[in-house]
Amino acid sequence: MSLPMAHNHRFCAPAANPPPETNERSFVKLRRIHTRGYLNLDHQFDDAAGEAVFDATIAAGEKVEPRDWMPEGYRQTLIRQIAQHAHSEVIGMQPEGNWISRAPTLQRKAILIAKVQDEAGHGLYLYSAAETLGISRDELVNMLHNGKQKYSSIFNYPTLSWADMGAIGWLVDSAAIVNQIALQRASYGPYSRAMVRICKEESFHARQGYSIMLALSRGTEVQREMMQDSINRWWWPSLMMFGPPDAESVHTAQSMAWGIKQYTNDELRQEFINQTVPQAQYLGATLPDPELRFDEVTQDWLIGQIDWEEFWAVVKGNGPLNRERIAHKVRAWEDNAWVREAATAYAAKQAARRVEVSA
Amino acid sequence: MTFDLETDTRLAYVLRLADDLLINSQRLAEFVTNAPELEEELAIANVSLDNLGVAHALYGYASELGGGEESADDLAFLRDEREFTNCLLVEQPHRDFADVMVRQLFFDAWHLVLWPELESSSDERIAAIAAKAAKEARYHFRHSSSWVIRLGDGTAESRRRAQRAVDGLWRFAGELLMSDRVDADAAAAGVGVVPERLADSWHREVRAILQEATLVVPVDPFVAAGGRQGRHTEHLGHLLAEMQYMQRAYPGMVW
Ligand SMILES: [Fe+2]
Ligand SMILES: [Fe+2]
Repeated sequence: MSLPMAHNHRFCAPAANPPPETNERSFVKLRRIHTRGYLNLDHQFDDAAGEAVFDATIAAGEKVEPRDWMPEGYRQTLIRQIAQHAHSEVIGMQPEGNWISRAPTLQRKAILIAKVQDEAGHGLYLYSAAETLGISRDELVNMLHNGKQKYSSIFNYPTLSWADMGAIGWLVDSAAIVNQIALQRASYGPYSRAMVRICKEESFHARQGYSIMLALSRGTEVQREMMQDSINRWWWPSLMMFGPPDAESVHTAQSMAWGIKQYTNDELRQEFINQTVPQAQYLGATLPDPELRFDEVTQDWLIGQIDWEEFWAVVKGNGPLNRERIAHKVRAWEDNAWVREAATAYAAKQAARRVEVSA
Repeated sequence: MTFDLETDTRLAYVLRLADDLLINSQRLAEFVTNAPELEEELAIANVSLDNLGVAHALYGYASELGGGEESADDLAFLRDEREFTNCLLVEQPHRDFADVMVRQLFFDAWHLVLWPELESSSDERIAAIAAKAAKEARYHFRHSSSWVIRLGDGTAESRRRAQRAVDGLWRFAGELLMSDRVDADAAAAGVGVVPERLADSWHREVRAILQEATLVVPVDPFVAAGGRQGRHTEHLGHLLAEMQYMQRAYPGMVW
């Protein structure tokens, strides 16, 4: 897969010399180039015209780019969703960071450090994508710290054994991939491109997680117990990662209309279950759901009832480690305020020195 | 004229190089999720990972030199405190980002001057590892030195913290530049380098950075040593207890 950068070059075409209109796609292209020039000349550009272009862009399955007109609700939804995604990458470093110092082999330690490093990188791409919507990383980080924005609830569960590094990679990263593959087609260009880049690394994360589980499954009795215990604790929370059932999902319909979302929560969850059950069987593990069964008609693996009370409790801040995760993040941020101030002060001194030299 | 180095000495020499890197990697990784900025999380994880990679390669070679009785993982996870021969500097804990970056500066400067010398080691395995490590060390040194300069020449508080870190860690840095029998024999065989020969270069690199950072170079002599003989500070035992936990708690298993 390569980055779909080709989307961008059309904007380089001079508006005065538009390509011939041959189909709907090029009509959208034309209108957008035109709009862009118009916007530059006149800030009073009217919303109705902008909305028509926006709607045509979405209808044609084209990407909305940062400088295009977009409805305020679309912008806010994207900010909320991309920020939540970025925060999840960053908070997600904690449960795995918890085992870097205790990884059992040099190889596993190296892979785990590399994975946690990747997650920091994902956070960076996503904050950059959010910044294209006119909000700064500092503002977003603030909203994480003061609880105005959320992160994925899965990271509020503790990592209690080495097997949890396997379960997180295999279940949590795989669930993230199912979500993110769909998001590669999201209508907002910078988000969609960030997803393409991130997905490539996530598949390495999922593979290394499954490889940890495979090693445990082929190991001693103690190791198999460690694996099973971990699956017992992570299976249901990983199913909750897809969000509330469709009937209760307040944002789904609008997000789908805007092309931010391509599939519903339940559709994505089912996709994840179908791909994961055979993998669990291959490990010789039991999924902690006595009602789990295969439906011959739909060819789906059907699950029992998800404990939505637990889900909402964790979302609302009452999971096992909600407070600790944020406290850790805030402490690291505040403890290092002096470092950021030093960097700023030094940069200012250097700038002043350059002026002195050139004067 | 060179003489053939005894396997035990070659092994001891490779192990001290590896131990320095593994222990530093472990200490540095403690700061992951505690960094001042997301970019810095990446950088710290990256340096830790580089150190670990070189350590792994060296342990692999050490394992072969030892006849394969102990694997690279055995050497890392099943030796005791007294058997580790890392320098004391890398096992020192940190209170803040200044401690982390000053410790890195002293350590990175050592590798900056050491690896290019080892690239011409008569031991081809060491030379090959050194060639890769030398490139990384240049990047690591740029990273830590740019931070020490910013902290030293930043605000009054950052200067105070940076100076405290320099004063606290300086006495451990000298051990890097002291040789014992293993270094001397390894150097005589063309396998290694006598650390004292690199002392001038190390001082030049470090003092230039401290000066640019407007920090005072301590006048105290370098005093603390013993790591190369397995006489450590009390910190190493705790670090190993954590690092070796899995291999000690679940012996002989495959992960
Ligand atoms: Fe990620
Ligand atoms: Fe991941």
